[in-house]
Amino acid sequence: MITIIDCGTNNLGSMANMLNKIGQTSRIASAPDQLEEATKIIVPGVGSFDAGMQKLTQSGMIPLLNRKVIEERVPTLGICLGMHLMTRSSEEGMLPGLGWVAANTVRFNQVADPNLRVPHMGWNKVRAVKEISLIANMEDETRFYFAHSFFVKPDHASDVLLEAHYGTSRFAAAVVHDNIVAVQFHPEKSHKFGMWFLKNFAESSWCSGRV
Amino acid sequence: MLRTRVIPTLLLRGEGLVKTIGFRDSKYVGDPINAIKIFNDKEVDELILLDITATTEAKGPAFNTITDIAGECFMPVAYGGGISTIEQMHRILGIGIEKVVINSAAIDNPNLIATAAREFGSQAVVVSIDVKKTFFGRYEVHTHSGTKGTGINPVEWARKMQDMGAGEIMLTAIERDGTMHGYDLELISKVSGTTNIPLIAAGGAGKITDFSAAVASGANAVAAGAMFVFHGPHRAVLITYPSRIELKAVI
Repeated sequence: MITIIDCGTNNLGSMANMLNKIGQTSRIASAPDQLEEATKIIVPGVGSFDAGMQKLTQSGMIPLLNRKVIEERVPTLGICLGMHLMTRSSEEGMLPGLGWVAANTVRFNQVADPNLRVPHMGWNKVRAVKEISLIANMEDETRFYFAHSFFVKPDHASDVLLEAHYGTSRFAAAVVHDNIVAVQFHPEKSHKFGMWFLKNFAESSWCSGRV
Repeated sequence: MLRTRVIPTLLLRGEGLVKTIGFRDSKYVGDPINAIKIFNDKEVDELILLDITATTEAKGPAFNTITDIAGECFMPVAYGGGISTIEQMHRILGIGIEKVVINSAAIDNPNLIATAAREFGSQAVVVSIDVKKTFFGRYEVHTHSGTKGTGINPVEWARKMQDMGAGEIMLTAIERDGTMHGYDLELISKVSGTTNIPLIAAGGAGKITDFSAAVASGANAVAAGAMFVFHGPHRAVLITYPSRIELKAVI
Protein backbone atom coordinates (compact mmCIF):
# COMPACT_ATOMS: atom_id res chain seq x y z
CA MET A 1 0.00 0.00 0.00
CA ILE A 2 1.09 3.59 -0.60
CA THR A 3 2.44 4.82 2.69
CA ILE A 4 2.67 8.51 3.49
CA ILE A 5 5.39 9.44 5.94
CA ASP A 6 4.33 11.81 8.70
CA CYS A 7 7.12 14.38 9.12
CA GLY A 8 5.21 16.43 11.66
CA THR A 9 4.28 19.77 10.20
CA ASN A 10 2.94 18.76 6.86
CA ASN A 11 0.22 18.39 4.33
CA LEU A 12 -0.89 14.85 5.10
CA GLY A 13 -4.53 15.81 4.72
CA SER A 14 -4.20 17.11 1.17
CA MET A 15 -2.02 14.18 0.12
CA ALA A 16 -4.51 11.58 1.37
CA ASN A 17 -7.42 13.54 -0.18
CA MET A 18 -5.74 13.61 -3.56
CA LEU A 19 -4.81 9.90 -3.54
CA ASN A 20 -8.36 9.10 -2.58
CA LYS A 21 -9.60 11.23 -5.50
CA ILE A 22 -7.52 9.20 -7.97
CA GLY A 23 -8.75 5.94 -6.49
CA GLN A 24 -5.67 4.94 -4.50
CA THR A 25 -5.77 3.75 -0.94
CA SER A 26 -3.04 4.95 1.33
CA ARG A 27 -2.03 4.94 4.95
CA ILE A 28 -0.11 7.35 7.08
CA ALA A 29 2.97 6.18 8.98
CA SER A 30 4.11 8.00 12.09
CA ALA A 31 6.01 5.06 13.61
CA PRO A 32 8.22 2.24 12.24
CA ASP A 33 5.62 -0.54 12.58
CA GLN A 34 3.27 1.36 10.25
CA LEU A 35 5.92 1.41 7.57
CA GLU A 36 6.65 -2.29 7.31
CA GLU A 37 4.15 -3.07 4.54
CA ALA A 38 4.83 -0.07 2.34
CA THR A 39 4.94 -0.87 -1.37
CA LYS A 40 5.30 2.78 -2.34
CA ILE A 41 6.44 5.58 -0.09
CA ILE A 42 5.59 9.26 -0.18
CA VAL A 43 7.55 11.76 1.90
CA PRO A 44 5.49 14.95 1.71
CA GLY A 45 6.36 18.05 3.57
CA VAL A 46 5.60 21.61 4.33
CA GLY A 47 7.72 23.36 6.85
CA SER A 48 11.32 24.07 7.57
CA PHE A 49 14.18 21.64 7.06
CA ASP A 50 15.38 21.20 10.65
CA ALA A 51 11.83 20.88 11.97
CA GLY A 52 11.19 18.14 9.41
CA MET A 53 14.43 16.26 10.16
CA GLN A 54 13.82 16.50 13.89
CA LYS A 55 10.30 15.12 13.63
CA LEU A 56 11.50 12.31 11.38
CA THR A 57 14.30 11.42 13.81
CA GLN A 58 11.91 11.45 16.78
CA SER A 59 9.50 9.14 14.94
CA GLY A 60 12.19 6.44 14.94
CA MET A 61 11.41 5.67 11.29
CA ILE A 62 14.73 6.64 9.71
CA PRO A 63 16.54 3.27 10.02
CA LEU A 64 13.60 1.39 8.51
CA LEU A 65 13.11 4.07 5.86
CA ASN A 66 16.76 3.71 4.86
CA ARG A 67 16.30 -0.02 4.52
CA LYS A 68 13.08 0.28 2.52
CA VAL A 69 14.30 3.00 0.21
CA ILE A 70 17.97 2.16 -0.26
CA GLU A 71 18.15 -1.63 0.18
CA GLU A 72 14.67 -2.81 -0.83
CA ARG A 73 14.37 -0.10 -3.48
CA VAL A 74 10.74 0.66 -2.76
CA PRO A 75 9.51 3.36 -5.20
CA THR A 76 9.64 6.58 -3.22
CA LEU A 77 8.36 10.07 -3.90
CA GLY A 78 9.55 13.18 -2.07
CA ILE A 79 7.52 16.37 -2.28
CA CYS A 80 8.78 19.89 -1.59
CA LEU A 81 10.32 19.71 1.90
CA GLY A 82 10.24 15.93 1.51
CA MET A 83 12.45 16.38 -1.55
CA HIS A 84 14.85 18.60 0.42
CA LEU A 85 15.05 16.09 3.27
CA MET A 86 16.30 13.47 0.79
CA THR A 87 19.41 15.54 0.04
CA ARG A 88 22.60 15.75 2.12
CA SER A 89 22.01 19.22 3.50
CA SER A 90 20.03 22.42 3.17
CA GLU A 91 20.94 26.08 3.45
CA GLU A 92 17.68 26.36 5.41
CA GLY A 93 18.94 24.32 8.34
CA MET A 94 21.88 22.92 10.29
CA LEU A 95 20.94 19.26 10.51
CA PRO A 96 22.15 16.72 7.94
CA GLY A 97 19.54 15.38 5.54
CA LEU A 98 18.73 11.75 4.70
CA GLY A 99 21.32 11.76 1.91
CA TRP A 100 19.37 9.50 -0.45
CA VAL A 101 19.96 11.81 -3.38
CA ALA A 102 23.39 13.15 -4.34
CA ALA A 103 22.42 16.80 -3.97
CA ASN A 104 22.30 19.78 -1.67
CA THR A 105 19.42 22.15 -1.07
CA VAL A 106 20.13 25.83 -1.68
CA ARG A 107 18.22 29.12 -1.53
CA PHE A 108 17.20 31.26 -4.49
CA ASN A 109 19.83 33.92 -4.79
CA GLN A 110 18.24 37.38 -4.43
CA VAL A 111 21.64 39.04 -4.36
CA ALA A 112 22.48 37.83 -7.85
CA ASP A 113 18.92 38.43 -9.01
CA PRO A 114 17.57 41.46 -7.09
CA ASN A 115 14.20 41.47 -8.87
CA LEU A 116 13.46 37.93 -7.78
CA ARG A 117 10.63 37.64 -5.28
CA VAL A 118 11.15 34.74 -2.91
CA PRO A 119 9.34 32.42 -2.12
CA HIS A 120 8.77 31.24 -5.68
CA MET A 121 5.03 30.96 -5.39
CA GLY A 122 2.48 29.87 -7.93
CA TRP A 123 1.98 27.88 -11.11
CA ASN A 124 4.98 27.31 -13.28
CA LYS A 125 5.58 25.32 -16.43
CA VAL A 126 7.98 22.42 -16.36
CA ARG A 127 10.03 20.92 -19.14
CA ALA A 128 10.96 17.26 -19.33
CA VAL A 129 14.68 16.64 -19.75
CA LYS A 130 14.39 12.85 -19.59
CA GLU A 131 11.92 10.37 -20.94
CA ILE A 132 10.75 7.79 -18.46
CA SER A 133 7.40 6.10 -18.03
CA LEU A 134 6.77 8.07 -14.84
CA ILE A 135 6.04 11.09 -17.01
CA ALA A 136 4.40 9.28 -19.90
CA ASN A 137 1.73 11.29 -21.76
CA MET A 138 2.84 14.62 -20.35
CA GLU A 139 0.89 17.50 -21.90
CA ASP A 140 2.70 20.47 -23.44
CA GLU A 141 1.08 22.96 -21.10
CA THR A 142 1.81 20.95 -17.97
CA ARG A 143 2.12 23.23 -14.97
CA PHE A 144 2.43 22.63 -11.29
CA TYR A 145 1.98 24.58 -8.10
CA PHE A 146 5.20 25.66 -6.40
CA ALA A 147 5.68 27.32 -3.00
CA HIS A 148 9.30 27.34 -1.89
CA SER A 149 12.37 29.45 -1.16
CA PHE A 150 14.89 26.60 -1.48
CA PHE A 151 15.53 24.16 -4.29
CA VAL A 152 17.60 21.05 -4.91
CA LYS A 153 20.87 21.19 -6.75
CA PRO A 154 21.88 17.67 -7.81
CA ASP A 155 25.55 16.75 -8.23
CA HIS A 156 24.75 15.03 -11.51
CA ALA A 157 22.74 16.88 -14.15
CA SER A 158 21.66 13.46 -15.40
CA ASP A 159 19.45 13.08 -12.31
CA VAL A 160 17.23 15.98 -13.38
CA LEU A 161 13.85 14.81 -14.67
CA LEU A 162 11.92 18.07 -15.00
CA GLU A 163 13.22 21.60 -14.97
CA ALA A 164 11.58 24.97 -14.40
CA HIS A 165 12.62 28.60 -14.70
CA TYR A 166 12.24 31.36 -12.16
CA GLY A 167 13.78 34.74 -12.85
CA THR A 168 17.22 34.02 -14.18
CA SER A 169 17.37 30.72 -12.28
CA ARG A 170 16.82 27.36 -13.86
CA PHE A 171 16.20 24.73 -11.24
CA ALA A 172 15.30 21.08 -10.87
CA ALA A 173 11.52 20.75 -10.57
CA ALA A 174 12.01 16.98 -10.30
CA VAL A 175 14.98 14.66 -9.87
CA VAL A 176 15.01 10.93 -10.30
CA HIS A 177 17.59 8.40 -9.21
CA ASP A 178 16.91 4.66 -9.25
CA ASN A 179 13.73 4.15 -7.25
CA ILE A 180 13.64 7.67 -5.85
CA VAL A 181 11.81 10.56 -7.47
CA ALA A 182 11.65 13.90 -5.75
CA VAL A 183 9.60 16.87 -6.87
CA GLN A 184 9.72 20.51 -5.86
CA PHE A 185 6.09 21.20 -6.75
CA HIS A 186 2.94 20.05 -5.00
CA PRO A 187 1.20 17.41 -7.13
CA GLU A 188 -1.44 17.06 -4.42
CA LYS A 189 -2.42 20.68 -5.09
CA SER A 190 -1.97 20.83 -8.85
CA HIS A 191 -5.46 19.64 -9.86
CA LYS A 192 -5.49 17.69 -13.15
CA PHE A 193 -1.73 17.86 -13.65
CA GLY A 194 -1.13 16.65 -10.12
CA MET A 195 -3.63 13.84 -10.60
CA TRP A 196 -1.86 12.77 -13.77
CA PHE A 197 1.52 12.74 -12.02
CA LEU A 198 0.38 10.90 -8.91
CA LYS A 199 -1.54 8.36 -10.95
CA ASN A 200 1.64 7.64 -12.89
CA PHE A 201 3.61 7.32 -9.68
CA ALA A 202 1.01 4.99 -8.20
CA GLU A 203 0.44 2.84 -11.28
CA SER A 204 3.51 2.78 -13.46
CA SER A 205 6.47 0.51 -12.98
CA TRP A 206 8.94 3.27 -13.74
CA CYS A 207 11.73 1.89 -11.63
CA SER A 208 13.21 -1.49 -10.91
CA GLY A 209 12.34 -1.59 -7.24
CA ARG A 210 11.25 -4.86 -5.70
CA VAL A 211 7.63 -4.21 -4.92
CA MET B 1 7.71 31.19 -16.63
CA LEU B 2 5.77 31.79 -13.46
CA ARG B 3 2.18 32.72 -14.20
CA THR B 4 0.39 35.49 -12.37
CA ARG B 5 -1.98 33.83 -9.95
CA VAL B 6 -5.62 34.84 -10.17
CA ILE B 7 -7.19 34.06 -6.82
CA PRO B 8 -10.87 34.05 -5.86
CA THR B 9 -11.33 35.36 -2.33
CA LEU B 10 -14.24 33.82 -0.49
CA LEU B 11 -15.64 35.41 2.64
CA LEU B 12 -17.17 33.25 5.32
CA ARG B 13 -19.66 34.57 7.79
CA GLY B 14 -20.85 31.82 10.07
CA GLU B 15 -21.66 28.87 7.82
CA GLY B 16 -22.40 30.91 4.72
CA LEU B 17 -20.48 32.66 2.04
CA VAL B 18 -20.95 36.43 1.80
CA LYS B 19 -19.63 39.37 -0.18
CA THR B 20 -19.11 42.82 1.25
CA ILE B 21 -18.74 46.36 -0.08
CA GLY B 22 -16.09 48.37 1.71
CA PHE B 23 -15.92 45.55 4.30
CA ARG B 24 -19.59 46.22 5.19
CA ASP B 25 -23.09 45.37 3.95
CA SER B 26 -22.36 41.68 3.68
CA LYS B 27 -24.69 39.91 1.26
CA TYR B 28 -25.25 36.15 1.36
CA VAL B 29 -24.00 34.55 -1.84
CA GLY B 30 -24.30 30.85 -1.12
CA ASP B 31 -22.89 27.73 0.38
CA PRO B 32 -19.08 27.58 0.63
CA ILE B 33 -18.73 23.91 -0.35
CA ASN B 34 -20.84 24.42 -3.44
CA ALA B 35 -18.77 27.45 -4.47
CA ILE B 36 -15.54 25.57 -3.89
CA LYS B 37 -16.69 22.66 -6.02
CA ILE B 38 -17.37 25.07 -8.86
CA PHE B 39 -13.96 26.72 -8.46
CA ASN B 40 -12.37 23.26 -8.41
CA ASP B 41 -14.01 22.41 -11.72
CA LYS B 42 -12.77 25.67 -13.15
CA GLU B 43 -9.22 24.79 -12.07
CA VAL B 44 -8.56 28.10 -10.36
CA ASP B 45 -4.97 28.91 -9.43
CA GLU B 46 -5.56 29.17 -5.71
CA LEU B 47 -8.26 30.11 -3.21
CA ILE B 48 -8.24 32.49 -0.28
CA LEU B 49 -10.85 31.88 2.35
CA LEU B 50 -11.42 34.50 5.02
CA ASP B 51 -13.76 34.22 7.98
CA ILE B 52 -14.71 37.86 8.47
CA THR B 53 -16.31 37.55 11.89
CA ALA B 54 -13.88 35.13 13.55
CA THR B 55 -11.76 37.92 15.04
CA THR B 56 -14.44 40.56 15.61
CA GLU B 57 -16.60 38.03 17.48
CA ALA B 58 -13.53 36.44 19.14
CA LYS B 59 -14.49 32.98 17.87
CA GLY B 60 -11.18 31.70 16.56
CA PRO B 61 -10.94 29.58 13.41
CA ALA B 62 -13.94 27.39 12.46
CA PHE B 63 -12.09 24.07 12.26
CA ASN B 64 -15.11 22.02 11.16
CA THR B 65 -15.78 24.27 8.19
CA ILE B 66 -12.07 24.29 7.33
CA THR B 67 -12.01 20.48 7.35
CA ASP B 68 -15.04 20.26 5.04
CA ILE B 69 -13.48 22.74 2.67
CA ALA B 70 -9.99 21.23 2.59
CA GLY B 71 -11.45 17.85 1.61
CA GLU B 72 -12.87 19.44 -1.55
CA CYS B 73 -9.86 21.45 -2.66
CA PHE B 74 -7.35 20.11 -5.15
CA MET B 75 -5.72 23.49 -5.53
CA PRO B 76 -3.80 25.52 -2.94
CA VAL B 77 -5.89 27.16 -0.26
CA ALA B 78 -5.08 29.91 2.19
CA TYR B 79 -7.25 30.38 5.26
CA GLY B 80 -7.56 33.42 7.47
CA GLY B 81 -9.81 34.54 10.28
CA GLY B 82 -9.31 34.37 14.01
CA ILE B 83 -5.84 32.83 13.90
CA SER B 84 -3.67 33.99 16.77
CA THR B 85 -1.63 30.99 17.95
CA ILE B 86 0.94 28.57 16.52
CA GLU B 87 -1.20 25.68 17.70
CA GLN B 88 -4.16 26.87 15.61
CA MET B 89 -1.88 27.17 12.58
CA HIS B 90 -0.57 23.67 13.17
CA ARG B 91 -4.09 22.33 13.17
CA ILE B 92 -5.13 24.25 10.06
CA LEU B 93 -2.09 23.20 8.03
CA GLY B 94 -2.51 19.61 9.22
CA ILE B 95 -6.07 19.58 7.86
CA GLY B 96 -4.69 20.20 4.39
CA ILE B 97 -4.74 23.98 4.05
CA GLU B 98 -1.47 25.28 2.53
CA LYS B 99 -1.27 28.74 4.04
CA VAL B 100 -2.45 30.63 7.05
CA VAL B 101 -3.46 34.25 6.64
CA ILE B 102 -2.66 36.43 9.63
CA ASN B 103 -3.89 39.97 10.08
CA SER B 104 -4.97 41.36 13.47
CA ALA B 105 -2.81 38.92 15.46
CA ALA B 106 0.35 40.16 13.73
CA ILE B 107 -0.36 43.70 14.94
CA ASP B 108 -0.85 42.46 18.51
CA ASN B 109 2.23 40.26 18.36
CA PRO B 110 4.60 40.71 15.38
CA ASN B 111 6.82 37.89 16.68
CA LEU B 112 4.04 35.44 15.90
CA ILE B 113 5.05 35.78 12.24
CA ALA B 114 8.68 34.96 12.98
CA THR B 115 7.71 31.90 15.02
CA ALA B 116 5.28 30.71 12.36
CA ALA B 117 7.86 31.10 9.58
CA ARG B 118 10.41 29.13 11.60
CA GLU B 119 7.96 26.36 12.30
CA PHE B 120 6.12 26.07 8.98
CA GLY B 121 8.37 27.86 6.49
CA SER B 122 7.69 31.30 5.02
CA GLN B 123 5.70 29.87 2.12
CA ALA B 124 2.91 28.95 4.54
CA VAL B 125 2.60 32.39 6.13
CA VAL B 126 0.57 35.12 4.44
CA VAL B 127 0.27 38.46 6.19
CA SER B 128 -2.91 40.26 5.24
CA ILE B 129 -2.80 44.05 5.39
CA ASP B 130 -6.10 45.95 5.19
CA VAL B 131 -5.64 49.60 4.32
CA LYS B 132 -7.88 52.65 4.41
CA LYS B 133 -7.06 56.29 3.71
CA THR B 134 -7.32 58.64 6.66
CA PHE B 135 -9.20 61.94 6.55
CA PHE B 136 -5.89 63.53 5.54
CA GLY B 137 -5.34 61.09 2.68
CA ARG B 138 -2.66 59.03 4.41
CA TYR B 139 -2.72 55.25 4.10
CA GLU B 140 -3.33 53.48 7.41
CA VAL B 141 -3.39 49.78 8.37
CA HIS B 142 -6.70 48.61 9.85
CA THR B 143 -7.45 45.40 11.74
CA HIS B 144 -10.49 43.48 12.98
CA SER B 145 -12.12 43.34 9.53
CA GLY B 146 -11.35 47.00 8.95
CA THR B 147 -13.01 48.26 12.10
CA LYS B 148 -9.89 49.33 14.04
CA GLY B 149 -7.32 51.87 12.92
CA THR B 150 -3.72 51.29 14.02
CA GLY B 151 -1.92 54.45 12.93
CA ILE B 152 0.59 52.21 11.15
CA ASN B 153 1.84 52.96 7.64
CA PRO B 154 1.26 49.94 5.35
CA VAL B 155 4.58 50.35 3.52
CA GLU B 156 6.57 50.16 6.76
CA TRP B 157 4.35 47.38 8.08
CA ALA B 158 4.78 45.25 4.94
CA ARG B 159 8.54 45.66 5.17
CA LYS B 160 8.51 44.69 8.83
CA MET B 161 6.39 41.61 8.14
CA GLN B 162 8.78 40.58 5.37
CA ASP B 163 11.70 40.92 7.79
CA MET B 164 9.81 38.79 10.31
CA GLY B 165 9.57 35.99 7.77
CA ALA B 166 6.21 36.45 6.06
CA GLY B 167 6.15 34.60 2.75
CA GLU B 168 3.54 36.77 1.11
CA ILE B 169 1.60 39.97 1.60
CA MET B 170 -2.08 40.18 0.80
CA LEU B 171 -2.79 43.87 0.39
CA THR B 172 -6.42 44.98 0.47
CA ALA B 173 -7.72 48.46 -0.18
CA ILE B 174 -10.78 48.49 2.10
CA GLU B 175 -12.57 51.28 0.26
CA ARG B 176 -12.26 49.44 -3.06
CA ASP B 177 -13.64 46.17 -1.67
CA GLY B 178 -16.71 45.00 -3.60
CA THR B 179 -16.84 48.15 -5.76
CA MET B 180 -15.39 46.49 -8.87
CA HIS B 181 -13.88 49.87 -9.78
CA GLY B 182 -10.30 48.66 -10.00
CA TYR B 183 -7.43 48.16 -7.56
CA ASP B 184 -5.69 50.95 -5.65
CA LEU B 185 -2.66 51.01 -7.92
CA GLU B 186 -0.80 53.67 -5.94
CA LEU B 187 -1.00 51.54 -2.81
CA ILE B 188 0.18 48.43 -4.70
CA SER B 189 3.09 50.30 -6.19
CA LYS B 190 4.19 51.74 -2.83
CA VAL B 191 4.15 48.41 -1.01
CA SER B 192 5.61 46.44 -3.91
CA GLY B 193 8.48 48.89 -4.24
CA THR B 194 9.77 48.24 -0.73
CA THR B 195 9.32 44.46 -0.49
CA ASN B 196 10.74 41.42 -2.27
CA ILE B 197 8.25 38.75 -1.30
CA PRO B 198 5.19 38.02 -3.44
CA LEU B 199 2.41 40.60 -3.24
CA ILE B 200 -1.27 39.70 -3.71
CA ALA B 201 -3.36 42.70 -4.71
CA ALA B 202 -6.94 42.74 -3.41
CA GLY B 203 -9.93 45.04 -3.34
CA GLY B 204 -11.67 46.46 -6.38
CA ALA B 205 -11.23 44.02 -9.27
CA GLY B 206 -14.12 44.25 -11.73
CA LYS B 207 -12.65 43.22 -15.05
CA ILE B 208 -9.62 41.33 -16.24
CA THR B 209 -7.78 44.45 -17.38
CA ASP B 210 -7.74 45.44 -13.68
CA PHE B 211 -5.48 42.42 -13.20
CA SER B 212 -2.96 43.62 -15.75
CA ALA B 213 -3.01 47.12 -14.23
CA ALA B 214 -2.23 45.65 -10.79
CA VAL B 215 0.59 43.55 -12.22
CA ALA B 216 2.02 46.59 -14.00
CA SER B 217 2.00 48.37 -10.61
CA GLY B 218 3.99 45.57 -8.99
CA ALA B 219 1.50 42.91 -7.86
CA ASN B 220 2.60 39.28 -8.28
CA ALA B 221 -0.85 37.82 -7.81
CA VAL B 222 -4.35 39.23 -8.01
CA ALA B 223 -7.31 38.42 -5.80
CA ALA B 224 -10.94 39.15 -6.58
CA GLY B 225 -14.21 38.55 -4.79
CA ALA B 226 -17.24 40.33 -6.26
CA MET B 227 -15.97 39.88 -9.81
CA PHE B 228 -16.13 36.09 -9.45
CA VAL B 229 -19.42 35.82 -7.55
CA PHE B 230 -21.62 38.52 -9.09
CA HIS B 231 -22.91 38.86 -12.59
CA GLY B 232 -24.47 41.82 -14.37
CA PRO B 233 -25.51 45.28 -13.18
CA HIS B 234 -27.90 43.92 -10.55
CA ARG B 235 -25.20 41.80 -8.97
CA ALA B 236 -26.97 38.49 -9.40
CA VAL B 237 -25.03 35.67 -7.76
CA LEU B 238 -23.19 33.61 -10.37
CA ILE B 239 -19.82 32.00 -9.81
CA THR B 240 -17.45 32.55 -12.70
CA TYR B 241 -13.74 32.49 -13.43
CA PRO B 242 -12.04 33.78 -16.59
CA SER B 243 -10.74 31.23 -19.06
CA ARG B 244 -7.03 30.60 -19.61
CA ILE B 245 -7.30 32.28 -22.99
CA GLU B 246 -8.93 35.42 -21.59
CA LEU B 247 -6.31 35.64 -18.86
CA LYS B 248 -3.43 34.94 -21.17
CA ALA B 249 -4.43 37.93 -23.29
CA VAL B 250 -3.88 40.37 -20.41
CA ILE B 251 -1.33 38.86 -18.03
